[in-house]
Amino acid sequence: MSTVTQTLAPATLDRAAAHRGRRPRKLTAGRVGLYAFLALSAAFFLLPLYIMVVTSLKTMDEIRLAEIFAFPAAPTLDAWVAAWSTACTGLDCSGIQVGFLNSVKILLPSLVLSIGLGAVTGYALSLWKIRGANLLFAVLLLGAFIPYQVFIYPLVRMFSMVGLYGTLPGIVLVHVIFGLPIMTLLFRNFYSSLPPELFKAARVDGGGFWQIFVHVLLPMSTPILIVAAILQVTGIWNDFILGLVFAGRENLPMTVQLNNIVNSAQGEKLYNVNMAATILTALVPLAVYFLSGRWFVRGIAAGSVKG
Amino acid sequence: MATRIRRSAAPVVALTPSILIVLLAYVGTMLWTIWISFTSSRLLPVNSFAGSAQYERLFGDPRWLLAVQNLALFGVLFIGICLVLGFLLAVAIDQRVRAEDSLRTIFLYPHALSFIVTGLVWQWMMNPTLGIQESIQALGWTSFRFDWVVRRDMAIYAVVIAGVWQSAGLVMALMLAGLRGVDEELWKAARVDGIPTWRVYVSIVLPLLKPMIVTSVVLLSIAVVKVYDLVVALTNGGPGTATAVPAKFVMDYLFERQNIGLAASASTVMLVTVLCVLAPWLYSEYFRKAKGSAA
Repeated sequence: MSTVTQTLAPATLDRAAAHRGRRPRKLTAGRVGLYAFLALSAAFFLLPLYIMVVTSLKTMDEIRLAEIFAFPAAPTLDAWVAAWSTACTGLDCSGIQVGFLNSVKILLPSLVLSIGLGAVTGYALSLWKIRGANLLFAVLLLGAFIPYQVFIYPLVRMFSMVGLYGTLPGIVLVHVIFGLPIMTLLFRNFYSSLPPELFKAARVDGGGFWQIFVHVLLPMSTPILIVAAILQVTGIWNDFILGLVFAGRENLPMTVQLNNIVNSAQGEKLYNVNMAATILTALVPLAVYFLSGRWFVRGIAAGSVKG
Repeated sequence: MATRIRRSAAPVVALTPSILIVLLAYVGTMLWTIWISFTSSRLLPVNSFAGSAQYERLFGDPRWLLAVQNLALFGVLFIGICLVLGFLLAVAIDQRVRAEDSLRTIFLYPHALSFIVTGLVWQWMMNPTLGIQESIQALGWTSFRFDWVVRRDMAIYAVVIAGVWQSAGLVMALMLAGLRGVDEELWKAARVDGIPTWRVYVSIVLPLLKPMIVTSVVLLSIAVVKVYDLVVALTNGGPGTATAVPAKFVMDYLFERQNIGLAASASTVMLVTVLCVLAPWLYSEYFRKAKGSAA
């Protein structure tokens, strides 16, 4: 993982802006091939987005013509309105807005708590000498890679014993638990990379554990806080399995509701509504992606350990 | 004296939530799952030791064997294609092309999307009557088939395509960072010696990118073992059991088929597999280096 962290170092990323060699002047056969490859690849990556958007703007009559590539003759937002406010999961037809609100309710506390805990843990593990710290870190690190299936059932039992199973605090706690390894790793690596004199000087000045954290380290943590927030917003928003198991019927996140709408719809399948609901679910992470630019690359490279 | 005690206690106090999480939610649950896998638990967990009975059942279960086989096939194809495509894209982008930033954005955006969204889009595109297949056939290519999600023999390849679409950009981003880290002098020297560019890439640059390749393989492998959402959204394990995967096998036996013991043995097998992939890598990447530059 240190390789990942190296690629995240600002120096490497800035170098990523530098080009290799001169731009060739002439258009050779090789250049044509190169651009053809890039154009084909771009088409492959963009096609699903295009199809999602055009399908969501069509009427069902138009979709039944089976011209999936065609641009809608008369683009309409009806499917978007239906997806948001009247799409059905089972007998409940109040649209994907229910899932959207649930996801927001899950996201906000999970985001704050998991970043807070990760920052404090990473700080304690990186700058303070604590017995057993390495062992704690090693277990956390392994935890980041282990499939959820190993933990899920015992956690369900524990949570139901204390009445947290199927509640909003329950799903938030689960996100804090499974966000802890990657958050700790991020902050530990970040604080370890700071000049050690900084911490020593603060110690000499009599700063205590919390004082140094709040007054010295937090003010310089903005970059890593941004990376952590990008990771957790996309990670928690995109989560399916934890929401499915722990959130409970009342708090199902958007991804779970989306899957229920699309995959267990009774009667005629409304593909335009399905695609509109799919785009709506993708909007938050897409917005994060387009707004954060280069920051996102740092985030996903570190965050992919979550799988 | 009092302050010294307070100071040395503060870090431990700060770590208490994390220690509790590690002990209860990680180590405790893991040990519990492993223990249950050696009992005769079915609907409810019981503590009657049953030796390796669950494992014998597991490896006698055609569904599990199919899930393992699918995982291997998916894993090899998914990792292989992601690596090759990601590397080629990175190399292509690194040739001083126009619109580099836009291309990078296009190749990477699917990675921001969830596997649920990915699965649902590809399911729609592979719809046998209204999807891509119908449009291409209407153009005159009547033997064209792209209904993989509803074909038992092709459904797992549908999962591969959707997975590659979601993850190849990640490899591209990692490889590109690696390419940009290659020393400019090396390129000048190769140009002076008249070595063809492709040869430099294969013989010199590729070995230099080894850390990026290893990181990509580890990240992709973890995604492979965890694959669940994508299958649920794309095929829901079907048609029939054609796209069964271990993670879904465990979830089905835990929450629908009510066989805790069998599910626990399956998740223990997953755990051991991940540890076998990880242990050497984590050790060499993390702790050996940490010791070398001990702070």
